[in-house]
Amino acid sequence: MNEFSAGRKAVSFLILLAGIALLVGALIFDGIASSGGYDFGGRGAMLVCGILVTIAGIYLFPTLKHHRAIVYGLFLFPLLFTFLLTVIIPMCFGIAYSFTDWNGIRLTKVVGFNNYIAMFKRPEFLWSIIVTFLFVLLNVILVNVIGFLLALLCTTKIKALGFFRASYFLPNLIGGIVLGYVWKFIFNKVLTQIMNTETSMLTSSGTALIAIVVVYIWQYGGYIMLIYITGLTGVPADTLEAASIDGANAWQTLTKIKIPMIAPTITICTFLTLTSAFKQFDVNLALTNGSGSVNFFGNYITNGSEMLALNIYHTAFTENNYALSQAESVLFFIILAIVSIIQVRSSNKKEVSL
Amino acid sequence: MNRKPKTSALVIQTIIAIVIAIYVLFPFYMVVVNSMKSTTGIVNDPLTPAGADFKTFIGNLSGVINNDYFLFWKAFACSVVITVVSVLLLNLFGAMAGWVISRNQKKKWASAIYFTFIASMIIPFQVVMLPLVANFKKIGDFIGIKMNYSIPGIIFAYLGFGGAMTVFILTGFIKGVPYDLEESASIDGCSPEGTFFRIIFPLLKPVIMTVTILNGMWIWNDFLLPSMMLGLDGEFKTIPVAVQSFVGSYVTEWNMIMAAALLAMVPMVIVFLFAQKQIVQGMIDGAVKG
Repeated sequence: MNEFSAGRKAVSFLILLAGIALLVGALIFDGIASSGGYDFGGRGAMLVCGILVTIAGIYLFPTLKHHRAIVYGLFLFPLLFTFLLTVIIPMCFGIAYSFTDWNGIRLTKVVGFNNYIAMFKRPEFLWSIIVTFLFVLLNVILVNVIGFLLALLCTTKIKALGFFRASYFLPNLIGGIVLGYVWKFIFNKVLTQIMNTETSMLTSSGTALIAIVVVYIWQYGGYIMLIYITGLTGVPADTLEAASIDGANAWQTLTKIKIPMIAPTITICTFLTLTSAFKQFDVNLALTNGSGSVNFFGNYITNGSEMLALNIYHTAFTENNYALSQAESVLFFIILAIVSIIQVRSSNKKEVSL
Repeated sequence: MNRKPKTSALVIQTIIAIVIAIYVLFPFYMVVVNSMKSTTGIVNDPLTPAGADFKTFIGNLSGVINNDYFLFWKAFACSVVITVVSVLLLNLFGAMAGWVISRNQKKKWASAIYFTFIASMIIPFQVVMLPLVANFKKIGDFIGIKMNYSIPGIIFAYLGFGGAMTVFILTGFIKGVPYDLEESASIDGCSPEGTFFRIIFPLLKPVIMTVTILNGMWIWNDFLLPSMMLGLDGEFKTIPVAVQSFVGSYVTEWNMIMAAALLAMVPMVIVFLFAQKQIVQGMIDGAVKG
């Protein structure tokens, strides 16, 4: 192990020491500043430099035996570090906060399951769960059927197929907030003019929900179509030819050959629409902001078109009830986790049977 | 498949396709036409181009661009910086992590990391958003680098949130890259990091394309995360946040809102015109693999 000269060793140790010194120094300044003492302005830059120099020092560490392990560690570090700080730690805090009276800044006591009990006693929240499940069910069916029909249309022999595919997919490129306001204009100003009425679809809860479904299909149908097109073009040509020689008509080819053969694609599309429909937020916010009055078992509530994700948002920011919102989001998480587990199970089964 | 389709069927199919295309493109037409009208023009006739003229259009656009809540060019620059830097860093860090995981896939620690990443993809943003903002504020105050209302802060958050999906797709691809390539390089005296950057990383081009498109589209159009991290009234806004904060201040003037929507749509549509094939392929691959 004489690969490293004494000078090279000394330099790498010096760099490592310098990095650690910078880090420790920055943390000491942080400690002084946060306890009300002298606030050194360069402490942020010092910390970043410290991290970078320490990484360089670790990288140059004079070892042949462990060099590979060091590289592995350094390669994993950036994503693991950001992931830990933005996902794992906040999630642990979030679940913990749902059992307290946290108000966004401080908490005074642990309240056990009180938030969860309170949440299920709120008609607004129960209503938004019902609305969400209804919306998800409608969307998953409609988007898949429409996407599949569009895919059939876009695999025929008509001219300018490229143009049709691109234009059907176009809405998917635009963010939900912008789309939501565009459609709000169409529902409030254009459709009322065409139908010659005063009231827009968005004012009553029932029609507002239909409006959200319409926008969602418009936004998502083209994307689902693309995936179905990939599935349909993957059906082998000789199978279809054999079917046509045997005298199968178009309907038989579709139901007996095409649909069974694209079963994995159907699974993918179903779960894609399922999770995205559950998480629907942007369009809901921009289009109706959850408004609409409903008589829900004798309780008059005003969030007729509000889905779960938006309800969580409003509980936190309109009602300033952070802990309750946190409890609602934990339930939201559990629902999504169940959906995902079913997804993994069902796609595993498909793989076995293939 | 040599049977010629009947002409009547083709005509019907074409008509259906055109009708659907008109329906799908109608909102875009509405945006363009109504951003060229005055408020009274919209009230009189929102449907046809009557009342639309170029001068009003320029007036509306400049009104929106210079509006204090919207500030289009600033929002555009923020969106570009946040999207480009996050996507580039996600590509690099994701490939690095994916390579380490796929080359140690039989080891327990690597599969534990991989499993944690995959499992975290279920977590909805709503669960973490409130503690995330609170923690970032505390951390920012402590280390003296602003993490809320700041661009480095939001990029940091995107690395954390985009990491799982990126690693998942990249690891899947790298597992398929033959290990012999690396072995021969290391016999030739190439260091592990040299092997990665010189041999593996250039091979990842197609999958990097997929990941770039998926992450780029997500980050560009994302609303909830930037509205939390940057705030609706913060110093920096991405385009979706700027649209929301503009409409929140301007509710009634639809011609202005349409002009804002037009400005928000144009960059994405232009990118789509130039990279249609890649975007479509990337979206499909992302769905099928992810």
